[in-house]
Amino acid sequence: MSQKFSLNVNGNVHTVDADPNMPLLYALRDDLGLNNPRFGCGLAQCGACTVHINGVATRSCVTPISAVGNGKVVTLAGLGTPEKPHPLQAAFVEEQVPQCGYCLNGWVMTAAALLDKKKKPSDAEIKDALAGVKCRCGTHVAIMRAVKRAAAMMG
Amino acid sequence: MTKTEKASNFSRRAVLKAGGALVVSIGMPIGLDAVLAINAAYAQNSKPPLTPDQLSSFIAVNADGSVTAYFGKVDMGQGLAVGIRQIVAEELDVPFERVMLVAGDTASTVNQGGASGSTGVQDGGKQMRMAAAEARRVLVEMAAQKFNAPAEKCTVTDGVVGDGSNKASYAELIGGRYFNVQLAWNKEQGNRLYAPGQAKPKNPKEYKIVGQPIPREDIALKVYAKHEYVTDIRRPGMLHARMIRPPVAGAMPASIDKNSIKDIPGVQVYQDQGFLAVLADKEWNAVQAAEKLKVTWSDAQPPFIDQKALYDHIRKAPVRKHEEKKPVGNTDEAFKSAAQVLEAEYEWPFQSHACMGPACSVVEIKNDEVTCWSGTQKPHYVQEGVAATLGVPVEKVHAIWTEGPGSYGRSDADDAAMDAAVLAKATGRPVRVQYTRAQATGWDPKGPASVHRVRAALDSEGKVVAYEFSSKGFSRNDVDTNGSKPRATLAGHLRGVALHSGDNFGFPDEGYEFPNRKMTWETIAPLLDRASPLRTSHLRDPVGPQIQFASESFMDELAAKLKVDPVEFRLRHLKAPRDIAVIKAAAEKAGWQPRPSPQSKQTGNIANGRGIAYARRGQTVVAVVADVEVDRSSGKIWARKFTVAHDCGLIINPKALQHTIEGNIVQSLSRSVLEDVKFDNKNVTSVDWVSYPIIDIAEAPETIDIVLINRPDRAPSGAGEPSSRPVAAAIANAVFDATGVRIRRAPLTPDRVKAALS
Repeated sequence: MSQKFSLNVNGNVHTVDADPNMPLLYALRDDLGLNNPRFGCGLAQCGACTVHINGVATRSCVTPISAVGNGKVVTLAGLGTPEKPHPLQAAFVEEQVPQCGYCLNGWVMTAAALLDKKKKPSDAEIKDALAGVKCRCGTHVAIMRAVKRAAAMMG
Repeated sequence: MTKTEKASNFSRRAVLKAGGALVVSIGMPIGLDAVLAINAAYAQNSKPPLTPDQLSSFIAVNADGSVTAYFGKVDMGQGLAVGIRQIVAEELDVPFERVMLVAGDTASTVNQGGASGSTGVQDGGKQMRMAAAEARRVLVEMAAQKFNAPAEKCTVTDGVVGDGSNKASYAELIGGRYFNVQLAWNKEQGNRLYAPGQAKPKNPKEYKIVGQPIPREDIALKVYAKHEYVTDIRRPGMLHARMIRPPVAGAMPASIDKNSIKDIPGVQVYQDQGFLAVLADKEWNAVQAAEKLKVTWSDAQPPFIDQKALYDHIRKAPVRKHEEKKPVGNTDEAFKSAAQVLEAEYEWPFQSHACMGPACSVVEIKNDEVTCWSGTQKPHYVQEGVAATLGVPVEKVHAIWTEGPGSYGRSDADDAAMDAAVLAKATGRPVRVQYTRAQATGWDPKGPASVHRVRAALDSEGKVVAYEFSSKGFSRNDVDTNGSKPRATLAGHLRGVALHSGDNFGFPDEGYEFPNRKMTWETIAPLLDRASPLRTSHLRDPVGPQIQFASESFMDELAAKLKVDPVEFRLRHLKAPRDIAVIKAAAEKAGWQPRPSPQSKQTGNIANGRGIAYARRGQTVVAVVADVEVDRSSGKIWARKFTVAHDCGLIINPKALQHTIEGNIVQSLSRSVLEDVKFDNKNVTSVDWVSYPIIDIAEAPETIDIVLINRPDRAPSGAGEPSSRPVAAAIANAVFDATGVRIRRAPLTPDRVKAALS
């Protein structure tokens, strides 16, 4: 049976009528009409659906809407804008990282959660944090350049 | 004008003739009446038909003087769009920022072949260059008539024509109207389409925009989540669909228990023979219905062999087609008198496109007009395929290329478009088909598995005197490399259309000058002839990686046998200067120290090695040096560094080229060390990222050094795929250098390496 849920997404509160088991991804994409979290696998194996919930990088494709509660959800669109970019977004543009770019939510949102906690991470720490995030176009080398650039920008 | 007109229906030329169209000889004395007539003849308010012999099909000057280029190919993320804009801006002498690109929309672009065979710049750019040059010529002539000055006296700066005393902007001359200029179309469609005008394009020495590392504009849109992918298309009243595929490939739905999903609101089931889908207003309901629908399937004989027997099957299977490249000399005779003969066999598995997201497509049918949004590489062929699938005229279908979740060939995108078309017609509503992860690797067309046998005769001085290379494998195109025909799509097969399997493979592409050489390939029948999850089609650099894995590994085996440095050995057999140049450039940049492989025994768990491989792909040449670490205890390979030397003639955009090469290297590394489509006798069992792993960031190289060799004197050739080609061999050669162990079966997985080392 569907229930009403109140979702705080990118600072706005929305009400969604949904099956409690429905993953957050479908609420964001279908009910709220947000394009940025993406369906890649539905299995938490790729990262394309990653959002922050209270600052924690979370795979929205396996997170039931009922588990979100009052958590503050931030999507890639909510992370920054061209006018006020998150350093990672600025760095990904500067380094011209993506090819198809369908994977970007995974890399940017996961790296943002890392850089929020860890200043100037080592290469190994970056790779650890990004383990399991997929990119099929093979832009990994540019991703590393961009994350390191962002880390340097954040000081 | 919203639909493509078929060339055959087009009679504009006849109309013009009947109306007494002007024929203008340049340089002829000309009066005012003729001037006005010329300007009227060159520009008109209505758009001419969308045919390749019209300049307006490629270039328009907008009312504000900006330029729109209409391009019948698409950018799959490698930066083709920026390159084409550079080419058009350069020839037209307008600032880069003033050129926009419309790509892959069948209502406004002609069929230039879509993304195909690394021809984006090579063929697509060539045509856009000629069209833009012709547009400039015509605009200059219009201005010259206006100024009453010779066209030769006119120059163009930032879209403004001047003769020293007068000025006229492109906007004034034609802005908002359409070119009415005929091009000399060669009557070809697709990659071969070529329609130049009378203009001579610029000499590359004059280039100011071409050659610049201009950044891509789609990147910021993607990074700020403003880019629209095909998955983001939403239409009013749209149904969400999920396809149901059989657990045993080839099985048909025998009975469907609709009660099993009766509790899910608004769900419907659609079946036509083997074609089975669930649809719902809400996507989540469609997802649940697909999971819960109880289907009883027909008893199909398991169609596949045990995967362990794959290569034996290929060796023993009846040959369907045998092809031989024009031989050089007589290898049979040369082998008889050889001092030494070396022989080896190499094996390559089925591989999946494994796009980042499973394919998605939306189709809407309104008043008999069909619109299809697709991430396909070839929208004009999808237009044809949708028309054929629905039994409607091509003119009634509008295909709109909308970027998909990655694309590396004939992927599952074309199948999704046809599924959506069938369902939109069946339901009378717009339908969005979203494949699942399991379907993305389980049911996409695969790169073919193959076996390659190589044999060489050496003389007493260690030179190759005879060389034989033979490939045997599944065809590179069981299904066509585009979705234009139902025989090539799952929707077609499942609704009763028979497969018409192509029979094609390929030869090594390299410049070695062996005095006697024989090259052959043989194809075998697909394991299942209808709706097969192992059907093959083009996957990035179709059959290039597997062929060059064999040919370039073998060159290394020969060098090792003779105890000659692998670079030196290759150079001994090459004469073409560009081949030699890329090998030398890669070796020099990599700090290559001449010595034979393998290197002397290393102690410790980690063994280091370096390997080189090179390839041609059409007119492009590329050499790759891999530096690897082999973990002896785990068998894990880490290719820590690649050095690439790349020559694709004139470089349009070095930044985009660098990123294209980096992507090719890493994706090919992934295919070389990890990727192997698993199957049992019933079906493909690679159904997610665990059962079909691709490379992780920890396994990606630390460094990719790239030497771009720019040759402005040579026409640009393809770059989208060539650097994929030598990677597997470079890695295998480096593993041999590190360990002395030769691995001839890809991928070089830890288990395989470990087993080979023990």
